[in-house]
Amino acid sequence: MTTTSQSTPKTVLKDRTFYRKRVRQKVGAEGILRRILFLLIGLWIYIFLLGPLIRNFTRSLQDEKGLFIGLTNYVNYFSSPATSASLRHSLTISIISTVITVLLAFIYAYGLTRVTLPGRNLLNAIAMGPIFVPSLVQALAFIYMFGNNGIFTRILGINIHLYGPVGIVLSEVFYAFPHALIILMTALSLADARLYEAAESLNASNRRIFFTVTLPAVRYGLMSAAFVVFTLAITDFGAPKVVGGNYDVLATDIYNKVIGQQKFAMGATISTLLLIPAMIAFILDRIVQRRQVAQVTADVKPLGPKPHRPLVQTGMLIFCGLIALFIISVYLVVVVGAVTEFWPYNFSFTLKHFIPEVAGAHHGLGGLVFIINSLKLAFFTSLIGTVVVFSSAYLIEKSRGLKAPRLILYLLSITPLAVPGMVLGLSYLFTFNDPSHPFNFLYGTTAILVISTIFHYYTVPFLTATTALKQMDPEFESIGESLEMPFYRTFMRVTVPVALPALISIAMYFFLNAMVTISALVFLFVPGNEVASLGVMLLDDSGNTAQAMAMSLLILVTSLTVRTLFYFLTKGIQARTQAWTQR
Amino acid sequence: MSPSEDVKKEPYLRIMDITKTFGDLVALNDISLDVNEGEFVCFLGPSGCGKTTLLRIIAGLEQQNVGKIFQRGEDISRLPPRDRDFGIVFQSYALFPNLTATQNIAYGLENRKTPKSEIKARVEELLALVGLPDVGHKYPSQLSGGQQQRIALARALATSPGLLLLDEPLSALDARVRISLRLEIKHLQEQLGVTTIFVTHDQEEALVMADRIVVMSQGIIEQVGSPEEIYRLPATSFVADFVGLMNFLPGTAGPGENQAQCGTVTLECDYPHGFPTGSPVVIAIRPEDVRVGDPNQKLSNTIPCHVDETIFLGSFYRLLTLMPDMSKPHLVAEVSNNRMRDLGIKPGSQILVHLPSPLIRIYPDGRELFQ
Repeated sequence: MTTTSQSTPKTVLKDRTFYRKRVRQKVGAEGILRRILFLLIGLWIYIFLLGPLIRNFTRSLQDEKGLFIGLTNYVNYFSSPATSASLRHSLTISIISTVITVLLAFIYAYGLTRVTLPGRNLLNAIAMGPIFVPSLVQALAFIYMFGNNGIFTRILGINIHLYGPVGIVLSEVFYAFPHALIILMTALSLADARLYEAAESLNASNRRIFFTVTLPAVRYGLMSAAFVVFTLAITDFGAPKVVGGNYDVLATDIYNKVIGQQKFAMGATISTLLLIPAMIAFILDRIVQRRQVAQVTADVKPLGPKPHRPLVQTGMLIFCGLIALFIISVYLVVVVGAVTEFWPYNFSFTLKHFIPEVAGAHHGLGGLVFIINSLKLAFFTSLIGTVVVFSSAYLIEKSRGLKAPRLILYLLSITPLAVPGMVLGLSYLFTFNDPSHPFNFLYGTTAILVISTIFHYYTVPFLTATTALKQMDPEFESIGESLEMPFYRTFMRVTVPVALPALISIAMYFFLNAMVTISALVFLFVPGNEVASLGVMLLDDSGNTAQAMAMSLLILVTSLTVRTLFYFLTKGIQARTQAWTQR
Repeated sequence: MSPSEDVKKEPYLRIMDITKTFGDLVALNDISLDVNEGEFVCFLGPSGCGKTTLLRIIAGLEQQNVGKIFQRGEDISRLPPRDRDFGIVFQSYALFPNLTATQNIAYGLENRKTPKSEIKARVEELLALVGLPDVGHKYPSQLSGGQQQRIALARALATSPGLLLLDEPLSALDARVRISLRLEIKHLQEQLGVTTIFVTHDQEEALVMADRIVVMSQGIIEQVGSPEEIYRLPATSFVADFVGLMNFLPGTAGPGENQAQCGTVTLECDYPHGFPTGSPVVIAIRPEDVRVGDPNQKLSNTIPCHVDETIFLGSFYRLLTLMPDMSKPHLVAEVSNNRMRDLGIKPGSQILVHLPSPLIRIYPDGRELFQ
């Protein structure tokens, strides 16, 4: 006869206590290895991120001599409008920059994704330009264009009073523009064509379609872009440093307190204040992005660019053309400024600015020393960063069980995005400059520059790696295990080759950012290991603007070269792996 | 089950009191099952019934909260997957995209210090076994779905595991390939004699392939039996409903111990159903077991019915008929084309319908069956 379990009620479980002693799987040698690796990731994040941040925060609760004084530093900061100006300034310029950038980037993105403009690829490539140079380079170029002796100021006879909020906002908009553009282009190109077909079949006017279909569909993209621009603007150090004049923002305030006045506790206090808006923007962005992902379904009919009315078509072309022209002109100014005898009075050609006269240029190699240091930093950041980020993303994403440690490590791995470079750098200074710290020996080395840069840019590569890993069949690991293959062999043999495109884009991200970063490094470099982006700042500080321009040009050329090399590397790999990636 | 065998021989795989919860959801509720050596067992059930979870627990890819699993008498309940002896094939194939078919199959052999020449010979043997001797150099993306699944099968068999686990391996394939691969896998299993567990939601697949079917629903086993037993003698109304087509007629038990009342008609079955007289029951019979137009009115279980609708299905007709004084549900009968012609049945005809008592099953009332 057949057996049945009909007598057992279907969902009633036995006594609760019966289930408390769960049957646990034995932890084999591999399980132990995995746990050790988790511990190492945890330690790595603790030593180089959490620990320093905690130390920075506790420093803000002490006086300059190191005695605990509670919130006195914060009270002092807010005691008068004069002392708390930097926070107000930061919020002001960040909000204004955000509104302008998102507006411009939205129109530009609309032109590139929805309107049949000629030369869309070229317009796109030009708009990505600002990613390849430190924010202070643009600020320098603006001085050459709109400063008191700027070429436009002289030609047009209009002084826009660049030094101060105008210059900062101009630089931040320019600097954040490509970041906003990427997000908005993605949001606009994910639109569902069927919605538009439906709206048109109902005879909705273009204006109505725009407000009832287009805007709601990209609202999360708009919010996400706004948070990203806000964060970039409020945390940026380079541009305010160069064109801020006496208009202090949080980032320059920290720098002046720490480097100029040696007020370390006050620096820690202000950096904690900078951390708060960055954290809020980060958390809101995470929430918005989760919603956006939920909104995108697989079953979407993509909407391509369409011809619009001639008025829109022409208007769009003029608008996008002007922006692209402006971006190009900024780089032209960098190029010309770098090889000009004395801007804007003597435009004869010279290469003398490429031989800077500051500390660090003592090898007789001129500006090349800085570039070599930069390349060294970028190379090691890229190499170590990619290996560490990808392996830890793999362990976190592809382990069976161990849910709690995986979640904790995941959350820790995405927090660096919320930590401004200035805060990170200052936290490192407090931590590793302390002779009693076990890793004190790192202070003043290139290693600490590398580690700080890795953590400064940790989150985006981590998320890239996680996404790439999620796209892989979750059963690869199960198959490996069933065939008694150690997980690290399957990792090397399958996961890494399959994720190679993601690995390359991670390496490139680290490399290019390491070439242009400055904010964390201003507190950590010592004479001899200044990188080129710092060189620009130091040269400008000492009044050698033309040499700073020359250095900027070197960075720009190097970054573009590296970008091109990565492009060919990707092409080469695509060709090699074509056999197994074709569909 | 065939009890005489179980007594003298220890089962190859013994699953004892397995319970698994995901948060508040009870995925498996106190499951016990024996699988004999060389047997082909199908776990059959709708999605979410716990069949895949049970398979993954056997593999060690999920961990049960409670319960034990023995393989060849050895307690493997707490062993990680790598210490268990099984090969597995997934619905997604999970072939490594950057490795050729040969490299995929050889993957598990490389770790065992097998000499290269032996690996090569073994891979060739396996490629021949799954009928794909010429595709070794190709990458998975260059193979069709059916070919990929066969390579996945070869990879799972490469290390000669004692237990083969197949998790809906045919679901992602198109119908024609699925049907041919069914028999291929079945023959391969018979040829190798490897104990196999096959998870599917496709009843036809289970009926065609399995030595024994385990029908599951909502985390429990509804019935275990041979395909014929499952089809002929469904133990519960769930099994009757899930496997094949079934007429379900509402009724009450009694008056006799093997009788039930359906509307004004008294029906007899061949066994004492054990429900107290007057309690609500469901009377079940397969459409193909309903006999139409039998001239002998004196047979019991013969009912004059009204033909509501006839549906032409190519080789036969399906009749939707109504029993006396009932407006629903339909009593469905299947009738050959010849018989339709001979009896001249049309919508609106009055016909005599006979329900053979050995083919009638009586279940406790399950209202969800009439919706």
